[in-house]
Amino acid sequence: MKWFLDLFSSSLGRKVLMALTGIFLILFLAVHLAGNLQLLKDDAGKSFNIYADFMGHNPLIQLVSKGNFAFILLHAIWGIMLTIKNRKARGPQGYANPNKSSVWASRNMGILGTLILIFLVIHLKDFYAQAHFGSLSTQVYEGKEVTDLYTQVAYWFNVEWYVSLYVICMAALGFHLWHGFASAFQTLGLNHMKYNPVINFVGKTFAVVVPIAFAIIPIFMYLGISF
Amino acid sequence: MKITLKVWRQKDTNSKGAFKTYQHDHVSPDMSFLEMIDVLNEELTHKGEEPIAFDHDCREGICGMCSLYINGRPHGPLQTTTCQLHMRSFTDGQTITVEPWRASAFPVVKDLVVDRTAFDRIQQAGGYINVNTGGVPDANVIPIAKKIADEAFDAATCIGCGACVAACKNASAMLFVSAKVSQFALLPQGQVERKERAEKMVAQMDAEGFGSCTNTYACEAECPKGIKVTNIARMNREYFTAMLSSYQIETKGGGD
Ligand code: HEM
Ligand code: FES
Repeated sequence: MKWFLDLFSSSLGRKVLMALTGIFLILFLAVHLAGNLQLLKDDAGKSFNIYADFMGHNPLIQLVSKGNFAFILLHAIWGIMLTIKNRKARGPQGYANPNKSSVWASRNMGILGTLILIFLVIHLKDFYAQAHFGSLSTQVYEGKEVTDLYTQVAYWFNVEWYVSLYVICMAALGFHLWHGFASAFQTLGLNHMKYNPVINFVGKTFAVVVPIAFAIIPIFMYLGISF
Repeated sequence: MKITLKVWRQKDTNSKGAFKTYQHDHVSPDMSFLEMIDVLNEELTHKGEEPIAFDHDCREGICGMCSLYINGRPHGPLQTTTCQLHMRSFTDGQTITVEPWRASAFPVVKDLVVDRTAFDRIQQAGGYINVNTGGVPDANVIPIAKKIADEAFDAATCIGCGACVAACKNASAMLFVSAKVSQFALLPQGQVERKERAEKMVAQMDAEGFGSCTNTYACEAECPKGIKVTNIARMNREYFTAMLSSYQIETKGGGD
C-alpha cells in the first residue's frame, strides 16, 4: 500500500485528485443548470417543484448527491492546502515584481475557489438545507404533495444583494472554469495535438455559457421575466 | 544610454538582503545585459565597493548558467537567456529591477547567485540511461520515427537554467523535470529505466521542495529554449503509469 500513499501524496498525485473531483463537479454543474432553468418556466414553479422533489427523493440521486458533497469538500480542502504549499515553495522572500506571463485566472484559482466556496455555503443554507430540513410550505400537484422550494427561491431572488452576490460568484465560477476545464485534462496527462483544440473549445465555451445561464435565472426572476 | 539599476544585494545565504540602487551612465545599446553589469562592477571595484555577484559561463546561450529575474521576468523581456539579452531591449532612462531566482529550493548564495544543485540531484536520481560497453554499435541500427526523434531532441534542448521555476508562481520545476523525463521516455534507449526514472525524478523533485504545477504555463512563456508544456502532460502520464504498474523495488543496505 505504500506505493498508493506515495502516489497520492506526491505533487503530481495531489493534482490528480483536484482534476478528478473538478471534472465531476463540472458534470454536476451541467445537471444542476438543466434543473434550475425550469425556474424560468411560466407555471408558478410547478415543474421546478416537481423536479426538486424527484431529485430530493430518488435514492440513486441522493447517493450521488452525498458523493458530490464529499467531492466539493475534498476539492476545496485539497485546493486550499495546495495553494498554501505552493506559496511556501517560493521561499521566505517573494519577488518585488511578480511574474505576469500567464492567464490571470490560472494564477488565482485559490481566490476564485474560495469565492465559490463562500457562495456554496450561503446557497446550501438557504436552499438545500431549507428543502431537506426546513419547514417550507407545500404545494399539491395532481394529488401529490411536494415542498414548495420555488417560493423560497423566488423570495431570495427578489433581494438585491442576494442577486448581486449570485452574479458575482458566477463570474468567479466562470474564471475558475476558464482555466480549470482544460487544466484538468493536462493534469491527467491528456494532452494531444489531435484533441487539444476540442478540449479548449469545449472548456472555454462551458466556462462562458454555463455561469451566464446560471446568473440569468436570478436576474430574470428579479425582473419578473419568464417563458 | 543612462539607466537606473535596482539590484538585490545579499551578503550570503543567511543574511538579510535588500535592494540597492545604482545610477549607470555608461551603457551602450550593443552591450549584453551581463556586459552592462561587468562595466558597473568595474566602477564599483575602482570605488572600493563589493562588485555584484551573478552567475554566467558560456555567454552564448547554451550552458544555462546565467540567470537574473529582470523587471518581473526571468532572463528579462525577451525569450532568451540573459547573456543573449542586449541593452537595446531597454529604453534610455529606464529603471531596471534585478532579482535573483526566488524558490525555497534555490537558496540565494550571494546577491544574484542562487544554488541550483537541486536540479543536479534530480538529474542524478534518474536522468540517465545505461549503455553497455563493448563494440561501437552501428549508427541508425535502432529504428525510430523522425517525428519522435525530433520531439525527444526538442526536450533535450533544455539547458536547466531554472527560468521555469523562477517564472512559476508555485516555484514548480515541472517543465525542467518533464523535459528530462521526456527526452529519454521517447527514445528506444530510454526504455529500460523508463518507469523507474519517472518515479525517482518526481520523488527527488518533491523532496527538494518545489511546488506543484497549476498549469499556468508561465514556464513555457519564459523558457529561453521553448520547451513545451506537452512534456509536463507526458511526465504526468509516465509517472501515473509507472506508479500504477511498476514492480516495487526495495533496496536493502549492503556494506555500510
Ligand atoms: C462547482 C464548483 C467547482 C468546479 C466545477 C471546480 C473545478 C475545478 C477544476 C476543473 C480544476 C482544475 C483541476 C486541475 O487543474 O487539474 C480546479 C482547480 C482548483 N479548484 Fe476548483 N472547482 C470548483 C470549486 C472549487 C472550490 C469551492 C474551491 C475552494 C477553495 C476550489 C479550489 C480550486 C483550486 C485551488 C484549484 C487549483 C488547484 C491546482 O491546480 O493545484 N474549487 N477546480
Ligand atoms: S551564460 Fe551560458 S547560457 Fe547564458
